[in-house]
Amino acid sequence: MADTNFDIVVVGGGPGGYVAAIRAAQLGMKTAVVEREHMGGICLNWGCIPTKALLRTSEVYGLIKHADSFGLSVKDVSYDARKIVERSRKVASQLSNGVKGLMRKNKITVFDGTARLDGTEGGQRKLAVAMNDKSKVALTAKNVILATGARARQLPGLETDGKLVWSYKEAMVPPEFPKSLLVVGSGAIGIEFASFFRTMGAEVTVCEVLDRILPVEDEEVSAFARRAFEKQGMKILTSATASIVGKGANNVTAAITSAGKTQEITVDRVISAVGIVGNVENIGLEGTKVRVEKTHIVIDQWGFTGEPNVYAIGDVAGPPWLAHKAMHEGVIAVEKIAGVKGVHPMATTNIPGCTYCLPQVASIGLTETAAKANGRQVKVGKFPFIGNGKAIALGEPEGFIKTVFDAKTGELLGAHMIGAEVTELIQGYSVAKTLETTEAELMATVFPHPTLSEMMHESVLAAYGRTLHI
Amino acid sequence: MSINILMPALSPTMTEGKLAKWHVKVGDTVTSGQVVCEIETDKATMEVEAVDEGKIGQIVVPEGTEGVKVNAVIAILLEEGETSVPAGAAAASPPPQAPEAKTEPAPVPAALKPAAATAAQPAAAAAVARGQRIFASPLARRIAAEKGVNLAAIKGSGPNGRIVKADVEGAKPGVVPAPTAPSAPRPMPGTPARPLITAPGDQRVPHTAVRKVIARRMLESKQTVPHFYLTVELEIDALLAGRQAINDVARKLGAKVSVNDMMIKACAKALRDHPECNASWTEDEMIQYGAVDISVAVATDRGLITPIVRNADMKGVAQISVEMKDLAGRAKTGKLKLEEFQGGGFTISNLGMFGVKEFAAIINPPQAMILAVGAGEERVVVRNGEMAVRQMMSCTLAVDHRVVDGAMGAQFLQTLRAYVEQPAAMLV
Repeated sequence: MADTNFDIVVVGGGPGGYVAAIRAAQLGMKTAVVEREHMGGICLNWGCIPTKALLRTSEVYGLIKHADSFGLSVKDVSYDARKIVERSRKVASQLSNGVKGLMRKNKITVFDGTARLDGTEGGQRKLAVAMNDKSKVALTAKNVILATGARARQLPGLETDGKLVWSYKEAMVPPEFPKSLLVVGSGAIGIEFASFFRTMGAEVTVCEVLDRILPVEDEEVSAFARRAFEKQGMKILTSATASIVGKGANNVTAAITSAGKTQEITVDRVISAVGIVGNVENIGLEGTKVRVEKTHIVIDQWGFTGEPNVYAIGDVAGPPWLAHKAMHEGVIAVEKIAGVKGVHPMATTNIPGCTYCLPQVASIGLTETAAKANGRQVKVGKFPFIGNGKAIALGEPEGFIKTVFDAKTGELLGAHMIGAEVTELIQGYSVAKTLETTEAELMATVFPHPTLSEMMHESVLAAYGRTLHI
Repeated sequence: MSINILMPALSPTMTEGKLAKWHVKVGDTVTSGQVVCEIETDKATMEVEAVDEGKIGQIVVPEGTEGVKVNAVIAILLEEGETSVPAGAAAASPPPQAPEAKTEPAPVPAALKPAAATAAQPAAAAAVARGQRIFASPLARRIAAEKGVNLAAIKGSGPNGRIVKADVEGAKPGVVPAPTAPSAPRPMPGTPARPLITAPGDQRVPHTAVRKVIARRMLESKQTVPHFYLTVELEIDALLAGRQAINDVARKLGAKVSVNDMMIKACAKALRDHPECNASWTEDEMIQYGAVDISVAVATDRGLITPIVRNADMKGVAQISVEMKDLAGRAKTGKLKLEEFQGGGFTISNLGMFGVKEFAAIINPPQAMILAVGAGEERVVVRNGEMAVRQMMSCTLAVDHRVVDGAMGAQFLQTLRAYVEQPAAMLV
């Protein structure tokens, strides 16, 4: 019989959970993770990572289609959907195995099963684990971290069926690629699939209930993305709602209502990407002080739920639903539990967000509109890819980098980028924000030439009327 | 041959100063005109430029040293070809004492000349004790500067105690730390440790340079000079009558002598009679001044300033009056020259024109005495057993007990009374 008493048991082995477990082990705590499906969670198995593998394929495919502009002759380009998906799965499985290795390395016990809070005993939390092999295990722990994640939200009239109406999960492993596709929801998940399938040749329609796509991004980024996608042949309907009105053997008919008018379109497949709900069921929250609001567990700045020795992190604990936010929350909660000195709550305005559509979108902090709504006087800088040597050389002249500063203090309030590789650039501003630099330090920073990062410098200069290359 | 860099005199009356900061280190090559160090006096901080060129061979006086005598060797400059300071080089030319700093301008040493004066260091910046780095984010630094928050007083909540934005935003302006290092400046008087701005309409008024000097000098005086006070009531009928008679003549010369002008003369004469009172305390010895220079407190929009009537014991009251008018006028417009308000051996502060009956003033260091003059007014006094009405004026002398004892101060006042009550004696 395996050991069943731990300092910390983490429920859920996603990016938040497994990172929390590693940090706990580093701090000398006896640690276990309970994972019902596979280590790495959605992110690694059904989210961030496999979609990046798919999008890499579409990026390469897109480049090959423009081979001529690079002076290359490529003929008879085609693709094999099965192989593309296979590569994506291989990437996910490689990394999932990697996480298992990390658990072993850190001497973290992994229970394959489902855990629920099961009261207390002698000041210790009890957990009832239903193992995947049908056996039952009772665990005790000084502290429990709930990291159960989230799942796709089901909207009435848009229920996924796994065959014609997909969630992200089916969309990631299609046996063949649809010729036509309706994507409902234009957040990061919806737009990434829309972009992937459009690049692979599908007729793609995007339906967004709000008045712009990528609604959490800066308005200028949303507008620029929309023009770019439409130029690629994507159809975009905003302030529009959709519902399934008919299903054929291999197609779906959806009614899209926009500005009081309803039109029906028939497509091969529909992807529902209308948000997520927290996995708060069947984990034993009943009868505890844990509060659930809008399907998410309410926590304080340390991840504490209000129920003694019970913490929650990651998607189940609320937005933004980002793996890196979950990882940081995990570390903070564990360090707080361990009594590490100088633990800091996460600065929520310093969490970057990345969307890997083509062109890529990345941002951090306040949008210009949000900054103004907060009563800030702002200085805004913008620099276009067309003014950057590396972007031209790459054949990626579309996009821009926008920075928003507090006019009074020079605080970098936000940065918003669209264009090639911006998801790799945004961390520069993350560091800047975390270190609380002002425009002065950013201006004094030497950015290497020729790189796309020079645009980050130029954008800052532009905010103060000092841009050099435009 | 190496060149000694000497402590410069930044003003004719400067005898010593603080070596606030070195801008060069041993091994640095300096060129003529390059700022090598900063010297702090009670009035200002001056940058000092090199006159010769060469390589810094030795820094004799470390930065932060106070009371460095004028003309003391503070560093040694190596000339081309020299690689090290010859043994005993600094000792070979012992620092000469400031010669008669009171009256003669100290010569500016050959190797140095003062550059433009910089404003006195604001408290916030100066609070950073040298050698003690404050970790703060750039944003925190900027907000602190805007709010007037002293970073040295703030406990950082960031990684390893780094001061971040949130720490500064929560801080109140003007928070000054307790001195932690010998070089940390003395806290300014009345600096709030708690929020003072509490209601709309409260406002922050930045200190002027004059205000800071007044604050620092007055605090220093009250904290370091052992004051005692002697009050006398002077009958000034004769003085007023004498003034009337003098003015009948002086008017033709375009002068109008005031009671204060007469008091300047009376004090000057009394000081000439009591040279032990015309003196300053130093740790090693007493400095007795040869000249009788009277500082007179003048209120200006920018604050109190004390222009000096030099050799007042040797001047007629009409001349004192003319000089005083000129000095006071230029004091009010900020046009006084440094030497016109730096120095002096004794101060008169007169608030009589505001109807103040009597008050006690704070000594203006390094002087030993200050006379606080109240209003002249008719009072009932007893003369020869009878009540009589006389013009009376209360004067309070504040005295530095290190220099002047009670009896000496009282004798000075006796003499002063004699001059005031029988002004003709001033003609002797």
